[in-house]
Order: sequence, then C-alpha cells, then structure tokens
Amino acid sequence: MSTTSLSTAGTAASSSGPLLSVRELQVHFPTQDGVVKAVNGLTFDLEAGKTLGIVGESGSGKSVSSMAIMGLHRGTNAKVSGEIELAGVNLLDISADEMRRKRGRDVSMIFQDPLSAMHPYYTVGNQIAEAYRVHHSVSRKIAKQRAVEMLDRVGIPTPDKRVNDYPHQFSGGMRQRAMIAMGLINDPGLLIADEPTTALDVTVQAQILDLLQDLQREFNSAVIIITHDLGVVAEMADDVLVMYAGRAVEHGPCKEILTHPEMPYTWGLLSSVPDLSGDTGARLVPIPGNPPSLLNPPSGCAFHPRCAHRDKVPGDLCRTELPLLVPGQRGAHHTKRCHLPNPDAIYATEVLPEIAPDLVGGAGEDGAEELR
Amino acid sequence: MTNETINQGEPDDMAIAPRIEGRSAAVAPADAKPILEVDGLRMYFPVRSPGLIRRTVGHVQAVDGVSFQVAEATSLGLVGESGCGKSTTGRLITRLYEPTAGAIRFEGQDITHAKAGELKPLRREIQMIFQDPYTSLNPRQTVGSIVGAPLAIHKVLPKDKILPRVQELLEVVGLNPEHYNRYPHEFSGGQRQRIGIARALTLQPKLLVADEPVSALDVSIQAQVVNLLQDIQTEFGVAFLFIAHDLAIVRHFCPEIAVMYLGKIVEIGDRESIYTNAHHPYTQALLSAVPDVKQAATGGRMERIRLQGDVPSPINPPSGCRFRTRCPIAQEICARHEPPLLQIGRKHKVACHFPGRLGEAPREPLTAGLLGVDSEGRPDPGASPSTDLVEQPGYADTWFDLDNKSIGRA
Amino acid sequence: MLAYVIRRVFAGVIMLIVMSIVTFALFFLTPIDQESFICGKNCSAAQKKETAAAMGYDDSFINQWSDFAKGVVVGRDFPDDPKLRETAPQTIVRCDAPCLGYSRERGDTVTNLIKDTFPVSFSLAVAAFILWMAGGILFGVLAALKKGTFIDRGVVGLSLIGFAFPTFFVGLLLYKFVAIQWGLTEIPRYTSIAEGGIGGWLSGLTLPAITLCLFFMAAYVRMTRSYVIESFQEDYVRTARAKGLPERTVTFKHALRAALTPIVTMAGLDFAGLMGGAIITESVFNYPGMGKLAVLASSDFDLPTTVGLVILLAAFVIMANIVVDLLYAVIDPRVRLG
Repeated sequence: MSTTSLSTAGTAASSSGPLLSVRELQVHFPTQDGVVKAVNGLTFDLEAGKTLGIVGESGSGKSVSSMAIMGLHRGTNAKVSGEIELAGVNLLDISADEMRRKRGRDVSMIFQDPLSAMHPYYTVGNQIAEAYRVHHSVSRKIAKQRAVEMLDRVGIPTPDKRVNDYPHQFSGGMRQRAMIAMGLINDPGLLIADEPTTALDVTVQAQILDLLQDLQREFNSAVIIITHDLGVVAEMADDVLVMYAGRAVEHGPCKEILTHPEMPYTWGLLSSVPDLSGDTGARLVPIPGNPPSLLNPPSGCAFHPRCAHRDKVPGDLCRTELPLLVPGQRGAHHTKRCHLPNPDAIYATEVLPEIAPDLVGGAGEDGAEELR
Repeated sequence: MTNETINQGEPDDMAIAPRIEGRSAAVAPADAKPILEVDGLRMYFPVRSPGLIRRTVGHVQAVDGVSFQVAEATSLGLVGESGCGKSTTGRLITRLYEPTAGAIRFEGQDITHAKAGELKPLRREIQMIFQDPYTSLNPRQTVGSIVGAPLAIHKVLPKDKILPRVQELLEVVGLNPEHYNRYPHEFSGGQRQRIGIARALTLQPKLLVADEPVSALDVSIQAQVVNLLQDIQTEFGVAFLFIAHDLAIVRHFCPEIAVMYLGKIVEIGDRESIYTNAHHPYTQALLSAVPDVKQAATGGRMERIRLQGDVPSPINPPSGCRFRTRCPIAQEICARHEPPLLQIGRKHKVACHFPGRLGEAPREPLTAGLLGVDSEGRPDPGASPSTDLVEQPGYADTWFDLDNKSIGRA
Repeated sequence: MLAYVIRRVFAGVIMLIVMSIVTFALFFLTPIDQESFICGKNCSAAQKKETAAAMGYDDSFINQWSDFAKGVVVGRDFPDDPKLRETAPQTIVRCDAPCLGYSRERGDTVTNLIKDTFPVSFSLAVAAFILWMAGGILFGVLAALKKGTFIDRGVVGLSLIGFAFPTFFVGLLLYKFVAIQWGLTEIPRYTSIAEGGIGGWLSGLTLPAITLCLFFMAAYVRMTRSYVIESFQEDYVRTARAKGLPERTVTFKHALRAALTPIVTMAGLDFAGLMGGAIITESVFNYPGMGKLAVLASSDFDLPTTVGLVILLAAFVIMANIVVDLLYAVIDPRVRLG
C-alpha cells in the first residue's frame, strides 16, 4: 500500500474537513413484530482519498448503513435519521431528486454479486454508458466510447469488443471489473464497495483488490469497503470500523485496531479465523452463540450474551448499561464500546497467545512504535 | 431464543473434546490404512451442439485423471478455485455421478460403477455435508424427521428407537435435543449446518465428504462448525474429504492437501509441503493471494504473485500443462507436454516441469529426461521416456530429492 | 438462431405426428363402434359389417392412421371406393388437403366445419387476449407500484372477484342486463368483417370477449403484480438506482422488462389454449365457434370431428410454444447466446 500518496491526499482534504461525515445515523425498519433497529447511532468521518473498512457479520448493519449513504432507503418504509454530510451537504435534507443526481456521480456503489447486480438483458457497455449518460448530456456514441475507455482502464482485454457482450458472457472477475468501471465512470468522490470480493476466487479477489487500490490512487476517491474478512481490511483500509448489532463497537486506524483491539467482539473475529501460519494443533476460538436479533436486542451491551470476558466487569454493568463509544487506553483516535477497564492487558495475556503466540511480546509493541 | 442459542453454541467448544484431543486429530497418523482410494478418476460432461441434430461436440473435462488416498480417520483437503473440479470430485466419490473413467475404491471395494442396489449400503458409509444450510434441508420436515430419515430408510433401528437416537445426535452437534420437532427455518444458519452434520452422522459413516461446509456461514460461526467437525473426527474416527476454497481453513483442518486446477491435481502433499514448501507456481500464487490479517502486526505482506486473466474453459483446456497460460515461469515444453505428477518428498508430489520454491524454480525442465524430450519439449532421439511415470494414488518409498539432486528414500 | 428455429419446428412436427397417433389410438380403443351409429339401431350384424367395411372402420389402426395422414397431406375421398367412383360419383365427397376427416353426422368434411368455426373462435380469442393483456398488465403493474396502498388492495380485491366468478355466470349476467335489460349493446351475434365491417365485427364481439377475458385478466393482474414486485427486489434494480437513474427509467427499462418476460410465455400458451377452450362463452352467447363445435361433436359421438379438432388445437399449442420460445430468445440474451 502506498502510504505516501494516500497521506498527501489526506492532508490536502483535511484542510476543508472530511469528505464524508456521518453523525448519529439511525436506520429503523418498522415491521409487524416491532421496530428492527438495523443501524443505531453510527458516527464516523472519512477523508478524501482514504479507505474505511467496515467489518461485521450479517445483520450487523454494515450494508444497511451504506445503503443509507446512497439514499437507497428513500421510498421504502425505513426510518432514517441523523446526519450524512457529503462534501458539506446533508444527504438526509435534500430532495429525492437532488439525491438521485448525486447517486452515481458523487457517491457510487459496487455490490457483492456482480452477476445479479447487472441486468441480464442489456450489454455491459449499455449499462456502463447508461451510468454516464444519466449525469452527462452526451450522445450514445460518446457515452459508449467512455464505457470502452473505462473497461480498458479496469483491465478488460479487447474492450472495444467486450463492450457489446452481455454480463453472462463475462467471467466473475470481469463482471466485478465492469461494475467497478460503472462505479467510477463519473469519478465520484466516494465509492462504497459492499463485499466486493466475497463471491470471487482468491486469485481474482487479489486482482480486484489491487485494481481498487490503483484506481483509488488515480481518482483520489474515498472508499468504504464493507467486508467480513479482516484480511481484506488489513490489505485495503486506513481506518476500521467494527459493527455489531447495528452499532459501532470499535473504531480506529487499521493497524491500531488489528494489533491492539480493545473490544472482545473484535478479539473473537480475530481468533475465530485461522490464518496461513498459525499453529494447526490449536483449536479455533469461536464466538459462542449466534448474532442477536435486531428486533429484540440484548439489554446493555448487545454483545454481552456472547462475551467471554463479562465476568471481568464489576457488577452487572454489561447487562444493564450500554457502554459508550469512547477512547480506551490507547489515545483519542481509538474508540471502543466496552466496559472492560483494562482491555489491553487482557488482550496481551489472554487473547494474543491464542491467536498469534508468535506475536506475544516484541512484535506488537513494534507496531505501536510505527504508529506514533 | 437468544438464550437457548447461546447454550447450544457452547458445549462443543467447552465440553465435548478437551484441547489435547483436538490437537491429535489435526496430525496425520503415520501410515494409516487408506479408506478411500481414487485412481485416475475422470468425469467428462458432454457438450451438445446447438445445430439441428444435437451431436456431442466436446466435453467439459471437469475432472481429468485425479488420484489420491484418504486414510482412515484423517482428512484430505481439496482446494482450488471455482471450476477446478473439486466439487465434482466430491460428487463422484459419493456416486452422485458415475465416473467416465478411473476407479474409486472404498475399503478396498471398487465402487466406480456400482449399481443402485449396491450403492445403498455404500450410502451408509459415505455421507455428504453441503455448502448451503438454507437449501439443503427440506423446509417442510421437522429436524427430527430430517435427521432420522436415514435410520428409517435403511431400517437400522425400530421406529420407537429412532427418536432417542435423533436426540442423541442433536446433542452431539450441539443443538438442544428437545428441538427435534422444530422446522429448519426456526434455526440460524450455523444451527442449520449443525442439523446437516447431524443428518450426515446418523448412520455412523466412515467417510464424510464436506463440500464447502462453512463458506456460507458468518465468520464467528465458521469456527464453531470447524471445531465441531474436528470433535466428530476425534470421537467417531470419521475420515474427511474436505472441499473448500479457503486455504486457511483447509490448512487448519487437513493434514494432507491436494491443490486442483482445471480438473487436475497440480500439487499434493502433507500440510508442511504445501503451505511452507510449495513447489508449484499455482500453489504459490494461491497462497500469496490470501489476504493476511497479520500483515498489520508484522508490517508489510509477502510479495503477491499476480496471475493474469481468468481460468481457461475446461471444454478446451490448454495443451500440455493446463496452468501454462497464466503461469509466470512457463516455457515451451509446457505447451508440448503435460507435466507428470512427480514425487519430490516423502509426502509431496508436484506436477510441474520447473518445480521449485518461490523464486528458485530451475531454469531447465526437470522432467525432460523422464519424458524423453529435450528442454524445449521436442522428442530427443538420445533419450527414452521413463516407464514408471504412471501415477499412483498413494506415495512411493522413493522420490526425487530436488535439493540434493538425488533419490530420496523413506 | 436459424438452426434453433429449424430445430424447434422440426421437433414440433414430430410432436404433432406423435400427438395424432396417440389421439387416433385413444379413439380407436373406445368401446363405441361407429358403424352402429351410422347404420342405426336395427342393423343386423351383417349390415353393420358392411357399413364398417364401406367406411373403412374394419381396417387396422395403422392403416386408418396412414389414411388420415395421407388425407392431411394430399386429401382423400369419402368413401374411398374405386367401384363407387365409377358407378355413383355423386355420392363421393372429395376432401382436399389438408383433410382432417369426414363427419357423417354433419354431412361435411371436418376441414370445412373448422373453416366455418375457426374465424369465430379466433376473433373471440384475439379480442379477449388484447383486453386481458392490456388490462392485466396495466392493473398488475399499477398494483405493484402502489403496493400496500388503497389502489393495490382495490385492484387485488377486484381481481379476486373476477377470478372467483364462474364464466357462465358472468356471461349470463352481461347478456341479460347489459344487452337485454338495459339495451346498452345489441344482442351479441357473431358478425364477420365481410358481413358487418370492422364496427359490426367489434360490436358483436364486445360482450363475449369481456366475459371471456375477465377470468384471465384477473389471473394476469395477480401474476403481473407478483412478478413486478419480485423484480423490484432484484440486485440489478438496486444497481440501476445506485447509478442515479430516474425512478421512471428504473421502473420501465430495468424492472418491468425482466418482469414481463415470463408473462409473455404464459400469454402465448393461454392464447393457444383459448382457441378451443372458450366453450362456455361460446355456448352462453350461442357463438358458432370451435368450442361449441367440440361440445356438439362429443355429445354426438362424432369421432372424426373430435379427432380433427383435438389435433388442430394441439397444433396451435405446439406452434404457440415455438413462438413463445423464439420470443424468449429475442428478449433474453442468455437464451439466445447460451
């Protein structure tokens, strides 16, 4: 990852504040059984040219919040409140038509399954050109020319021929490239990638992640990458936001979160996936139980029924009191939503030996040095 | 519901198998008897022409000459990208398809072309776990009848004994045994996969073919199911053919791994050989493509090998080595000759003309002499092809030691 | 594409031949012997036998079928008797190709009977088809777009009524009140275009077509509604919105196009089925169509007419099937380009 170019882009934008600023975002779906609180008080900032990784499992609210940024809950029965400020404009205040004009031009999105995300009856070129023509009054011919250029840019061989193909004639990786071409054709300031590589093979995933990084540098877009794979986050993200049951539970710089996580849920995510160099004799340490119901979330900290460390919190606090998202022991840039008074010590003595015995002592601290 | 589900999640992690047993399951028992032997297995699906008369114009060579062994009570991992034939191989072994050629031997008995009647007892011994816990369970049947159906079909137990056995099985997979009369939709994805596992265990099979058993599950649930499968292996001595695309999970679960590409095994060996001593450029590329969480801590990641393009069509695969069109080190011989699967270690075989560790691939093809050709793959009048290149399912006692340029011996 | 068309037509012809053999076999095996019908109740066994021989009923099944097939291709004479042709040529009826048989009861060739009744059924089917497709899709889409609102519930409720009311009841109701009691239309009577011009043809068709279309319209409203609602859930519709397309484009270009494809398929087959299936409507309005002919023929045990109709209607369905499949290939590139 080229940190130099990213950080210059970051400073350039920071003079005028973040590109995207989400404040106390709530997305609630009223249903017959009650209100499903899919997103509950989500707050984060994202600067131009930077990448935010949102991590969580199904039902954590990560996709729902990105749909809210796209304004795609408009016209449904979802209740969206809070503030989503993109380049100084609160997207929740503007009219449906104003939002529509921003969609695809100022903020665009690529989806998990590129086969179902493309219309089977129209050619790839037609669908990409359509995304250009809706925001630029140009002839079909010019729009198609743009589509060919974009297909070329995302690495489709013989783009002038493939532009006339239908989605089913493309391979999975090429379809996702085409989706990226569609997402970037209007040079949006913000690109949201919702599990962009989950449906792809690992070598193709590597190609797509490389491509996204290259293009981000070239277009200087801000990127939100939504994933359940911490490995993808480690490759792509500058900042990480961990979501659980509709709330942010941990937020901070990527390296900080992955080396010094302070929230037991993040520990669980790290310990439940094996990696390519771990001890194969050791058992995986899963998070017990299942993700909670959003209709009827657990009281207090939503994670408490699955948390192995709640006995370390005095009293019944975890069950009764929702912890605030506040800085922990590691400085203001790293916030967490947990009652544990000394998470760093617990992580170092109890969790790290389980997931990466080779990193206990030394290596972890080096990471911290580099950050400062 | 919430409280119940938590109670169900815990037993397999805390109670059933102590840590030490889990450890022993992950190590291959030395020279265990093979329970499954697959020899030169081929599956060609015909492709019909679109013309007036629908002639067969070609074949999808889904599986093309695959040989391996699975020892008793251990696991073989099959990894590869979509379309490499790993799922077809699994389906051939459970005989959902009849192979085009080759042989499948289960406990010494040839089941390659077994008829429906002969397959019935076989279905007790070999069971399958599917990827999708949402579609592989009949939504109109209770969990009890799903899990108990095999008992009734095979008339293993009298009717009144079925329910206690079902409840026992539900307990084994970490579900509440009182929930036998619930329907699949009342369970979460992870719990449904547990139901699928309970169903597969009902007849006490000796071999489980697990086709992407955890890839549809949330990360935190994946670990629960992987642990459960390990416990089952330790407790009941079941052998696994573990098919997955997730290299890390396969590494964790299987002491032996076969890497497939376009219907062929390109490299097979024990865990160590594949993950730290890979000699095939495709294996190396696969490994380097896996995103690594630890790079955040260790700083920087290992150099990624960028494979160009897509996997070619299995209808018309490239000549010679099938990987050559995307291979960073391919030479002329690769287009002319298919590399034989050479044994290069006690438990390590690789199918490449230029086998070597990453960055240490030899300049000259190692296989030229064996194939009786020169280094560009043209027939060499001075050399004669070696006769002992026939691929065996197991490992030989002697091998080509690439580091010492000698013959290694067990 | 051309190869596909040829293959489908070829397969269709084969299917028709098989169909005709099966139909023939079914009727050949019926316990009713034709000769006693023709000859009358007081026939002696010898007379019966003579009649059977004259009519060709004593021949083997294969021969009878090949005579029929020959008739379809080159035409045939009834009775096909060279002696009679010399002695009394006026008693022989010439049935030109495509000959589907000769009906004793009706004293005419089946081909002629169909020629008379076909325009009636076809007019009725076309009129009903246009009405139900227009109404069904329009209201179905409307209900889907206004899902959950008063309009949606109203449309769905009305279509349920349309679905539930039997055709003969609706027909009688319209006939009695609209035409007779209130005199809003003339008494419906089939008028060909040649006779009454387009206006006369249309006014004669109005009430029967409405009667016939109501049931189908109700079904298509519900079907369209569910397909459209489903297609709005598709990922590609979300993509279309994410591009910033106006809702109109999202609806018409992206959602509806995919939703209407299966409806085209259903509609083609329903139309073909309707050709001989408007029995009740034709009876209520006393319309001389193929449905009515089929009812009469089967109540008279008029086998040649019944067989002829069955084969013709089967041919329609097979043809419609081919047309629908071709249409599908035109609409959906995944079918066309495999």
